[in-house]
Amino acid sequence: MSTLTRASAIPYTGPAPTNRLPYVPSGLEAIERRGEQIGARIAAPYVVAEPGEDMPSFIVERDRIVDVLRALHDDSDLRFTMPLDLFAVDYPGRAEGRFEVVYHLYSLKNNERVRLKVRTDDDRSLPSSWPLFKGFDWFEREVYDLFGIRFEGHPNLRRILTHEAFRGHALRKDYDPAQRWLLTEKDIARIVPEVETDDEHGEFEQVTLNLGPSHPATHGTLRIVVTLDGEKIVGAGTEIGYLHRCFEKMSETHTWQQVIPFTDRLNYMSAIINNVGYCMTVEKLLGIEAPPRAQHIRLVLSELMRVADHLVCIGTNLVDMGALTNFWYLFQPREEIYGLVEACCGARLLPTYTRIGGLAVDAPDDFLRMAQRLVDSIPKYIDDVDKLVRRNRIFRDRTEGIGQISAEEAINFGFTGPCLRACGIPYDVRKASPYLGYDTYDFDIPISDRGDTYARYLVRMEEMRQSLRIVQQAIDRGLPPGPVIVDDPYVALPPKENVYNEMESLIYHFKLIMHGIQPPVGETYFQVEGGNGELGFHVVSDGTKNPYRVRVRPPCFAIYQAYTKMITGQTIADAVATLGSLNIIAGELDH
Amino acid sequence: MAFDKVDSPGSIIERKIGQLPGEGPERGLITAPGDAPRQTPGDELGGSYFTTTFDTMVGWARGNSLWPLPFGTACCAIEFMSMVSSHYDISRFGAEVVRFSPRQSDLLIVAGTIVDKIAPVMKKIYEQMPEPKYVVAMGACATSGGFYRAYHVVQGIDEVIPVDIWVPGCPPTPEGLMYGILKLKEKIERGEIRR
Repeated sequence: MSTLTRASAIPYTGPAPTNRLPYVPSGLEAIERRGEQIGARIAAPYVVAEPGEDMPSFIVERDRIVDVLRALHDDSDLRFTMPLDLFAVDYPGRAEGRFEVVYHLYSLKNNERVRLKVRTDDDRSLPSSWPLFKGFDWFEREVYDLFGIRFEGHPNLRRILTHEAFRGHALRKDYDPAQRWLLTEKDIARIVPEVETDDEHGEFEQVTLNLGPSHPATHGTLRIVVTLDGEKIVGAGTEIGYLHRCFEKMSETHTWQQVIPFTDRLNYMSAIINNVGYCMTVEKLLGIEAPPRAQHIRLVLSELMRVADHLVCIGTNLVDMGALTNFWYLFQPREEIYGLVEACCGARLLPTYTRIGGLAVDAPDDFLRMAQRLVDSIPKYIDDVDKLVRRNRIFRDRTEGIGQISAEEAINFGFTGPCLRACGIPYDVRKASPYLGYDTYDFDIPISDRGDTYARYLVRMEEMRQSLRIVQQAIDRGLPPGPVIVDDPYVALPPKENVYNEMESLIYHFKLIMHGIQPPVGETYFQVEGGNGELGFHVVSDGTKNPYRVRVRPPCFAIYQAYTKMITGQTIADAVATLGSLNIIAGELDH
Repeated sequence: MAFDKVDSPGSIIERKIGQLPGEGPERGLITAPGDAPRQTPGDELGGSYFTTTFDTMVGWARGNSLWPLPFGTACCAIEFMSMVSSHYDISRFGAEVVRFSPRQSDLLIVAGTIVDKIAPVMKKIYEQMPEPKYVVAMGACATSGGFYRAYHVVQGIDEVIPVDIWVPGCPPTPEGLMYGILKLKEKIERGEIRR
């Protein structure tokens, strides 16, 4: 099949992968057809279509990438207005074009994605997509930081995740994963916020205030520097990377299965959603599907984790505004949700419950009964808080019209999840490209048209109710019988009793432990709806037991870029309320 | 000479049974169950006083009123929040007065991965805390870098600041962290920490 030749993957010289089935993506013809249509719309000699496996894909000449991005953005039929992801992959073996910079765009109009690839080298820079896509701002900085690829025309191209004393570029293949560089106090970045000159207040002295990296209102390690004119913020700057735990580099040094615990620690509020997202991406690459029972359990736990995520977000956001009672109210149901997770796999916060191909262990017998208890008890907690807060004068004064962002801007910044839905855009991965059978469930996507902190509160509150509605339906359907992991000896370990009693199982067990899962050569992208928005994984396999590249698309990363813009012109207390409502999770933000 | 250790959470008892106060070293404040009321012949104050060392008294007070500063960076911070909130409730052990200013706290709980970028910040916060100060390294990452053997992660916070108690787990359960704080309390009451 000619469509399976992948120009992007490095030539593989090791032993043949042990998988029986080659990776045959589904719906390949439709994707190809659509790719031809899009290619015809752009119609430029510097764009070459590539056999994309999961979305139309093009290879673009280095100098013309911005032209292509603009064409895709402006075309009235295509409208690829949302920047989803920008990352690079390093292929040091190539004679020319060592780095491949990959752009993912999304079109809300047609509900489709497109991938653009640009090849470049060490010494050749790319044109920056600023200000066409503001959402690629930090993504370009990240590529510069971790790969050393420069973007001409970027307004602020400096390191973002690693620190100032860092030498080299960590995600290059020739960088030693354990090579550290020590940062001393004198090297700490001095951030000077950009201040809009405002003559009206010119005569007053302006104060620069540092919030973080250790600050009670940041709920994690974020650093915000604001310039104040009285209480009003006239300029703001942010610095991240205080929790850069090298997820992507660590993935390359571990086996496919061993990456799962690392995914837990991205968005640690809703760890199971991350597990599910990663495992489904690899399953897509392997061409397998988890058994129905595993999918059912995954769905129930994902939705409960979403509830837990929103509970913490709202609880801590309200604490910042002085409403401490709600924090105690909302942490109690969260403990009960963790009780269910603990009953399933023994861990609370970071369960690592899923495996590639299914689940680690079966859920307990009373799984659905416990879930039912949660569905019955949680609404009371939510309603209690809602009654205290929704019409509360102080709360409304502090949130309405605060941290507002328009829908166009939110899309341009790459917002997804509750923050985008609070701007009135009903984009939810569960509806747009259903997985785990979400299309068979009856639920609504709450939206609000105001885009402020109050709207984000309302959307999250309603989303929790909708999630519980999904769980209720899943309980009513009952758990499908059968195994919880695929019956494929190249993916799942055989049952222990067979390992002790059968030669064949013993060999499979040995092979899987020693050589790991070896997905076929290829790359794929898959997205799930995380607690904060579209959580996507892009994996590249070279057929060996270690991933060649795992790229996570963290929703917070795109959202937090807009924060300085959202708080400029408001008071310092509003900045705190806004930050809480965005639900920035440092582990996910800094990967 | 019989020694009886009374195991109750606020107790610092390790005192001789059957001895009157003043005879031999006194370490206790509480009468063991079944003991006769303490009385010295000719004592006009009756049993209404006790003797102890000043250090024991101070250690007892310090151990029972820790003011933690949660230096929470990652997942462990969430479990720290669980520990202080209603379900687990650390206030049962007197450590619920969470302060975010290092100048008002005496217990630094490092909850989460410390990366190279934030290590100088943590050091500065530790230095700003007034004496006496104690440090709990919560979780695998703070203890040893955890499974992040990576280019940007500090391989254990004892590279940067001294640590009194290491709490294992990834993340530790709230019970685990509570146990760590109780162990620290014991250490303080025994007067083992001198800095």
